[in-house]
Amino acid sequence: MGKPTSVRRPEPGDRGVSPAVPSREAPQLDRLIHERVRLAIVSGLAVNETLTFNELKRLLKTTDGNLSAHARKLEEAQYVRCTKSFAGRVPKTEYRLTPAGRRALERYLDHMEALIQATRER
Amino acid sequence: MPRPGPAPERRDPPALHDRAMDNLRFIRETMERAGAFTAVPGWGGVGVGFTALAAAALAARQPTTELWLATWLAEATVALVIGGWALARKAHAANDPILSGPARRFGLSFLPPVVAAGLLTVGLYRAGVPHALPATWLMLYGAGVATAGAFSVRIVPVMGLCFILVGAVALFGPAAWGNWCMAAGFGGLHVVFGAVIARRHGG
Repeated sequence: MGKPTSVRRPEPGDRGVSPAVPSREAPQLDRLIHERVRLAIVSGLAVNETLTFNELKRLLKTTDGNLSAHARKLEEAQYVRCTKSFAGRVPKTEYRLTPAGRRALERYLDHMEALIQATRER
Repeated sequence: MPRPGPAPERRDPPALHDRAMDNLRFIRETMERAGAFTAVPGWGGVGVGFTALAAAALAARQPTTELWLATWLAEATVALVIGGWALARKAHAANDPILSGPARRFGLSFLPPVVAAGLLTVGLYRAGVPHALPATWLMLYGAGVATAGAFSVRIVPVMGLCFILVGAVALFGPAAWGNWCMAAGFGGLHVVFGAVIARRHGG
């Protein structure tokens, strides 16, 4: 998990054998990516170098306004980077995950694993 | 300020556990949907295309329908081996598990039309209409590629539609065109699209 270039996919039945976070002292949940639409944006970008606005919209099955609002919050937190260009005459908006965004997703995965581990140990 | 993380753990551990599991599942499923299956083997397609061109030339020289059919069935077996090996090799090289969500959906969408084509081969041969086989094979293979390609890189469904188009030519054209439509489809389309996939999508 040290490399910022890859995030492993959680496996079905993933138990988080060695969570980076002690179970009883878990840090605060990152509310920014805890929200489902933003979590989906970050997860989708973790396995694609870039995704266009329309690709994200198709993936998330959401509206332009909703996607814009959530993507902007991620941009403001510098979790994603947005570049606007033109493909011919058509405007094209592309998103990519920043190293900070990737680390945030890794921390979030660790947090979820820590929670699961903690409840299993009780 | 949101409430701190550990507090709800103590209040309701089972619910938190379920929610954490649900979140992990959500992330995994989103990643699977977002990651288009790229293990479709470009170079494998080129290889299959060349063997199909050779099979078309060989099949055209066969004196009987049975030998023509045997030639193409042998080619189908060779293509299956080449395609399967190339697909597994590319998926392995890309560290893309062959049974992952996208790959599984690709296989499940591709297989039914191909199985239908196999059954129709027997049926059409027994019914004495083997001249309908090229159109059947091309269109059902194309249908499989096009539907499975909905979960893959964009060029794959385009290739499927081209197969259906060539199949339509075989269906409505003279029976004598059948073998050459097979050459154009299983040979030409595989070579051209395989080369593009290999160049743009990692081999």
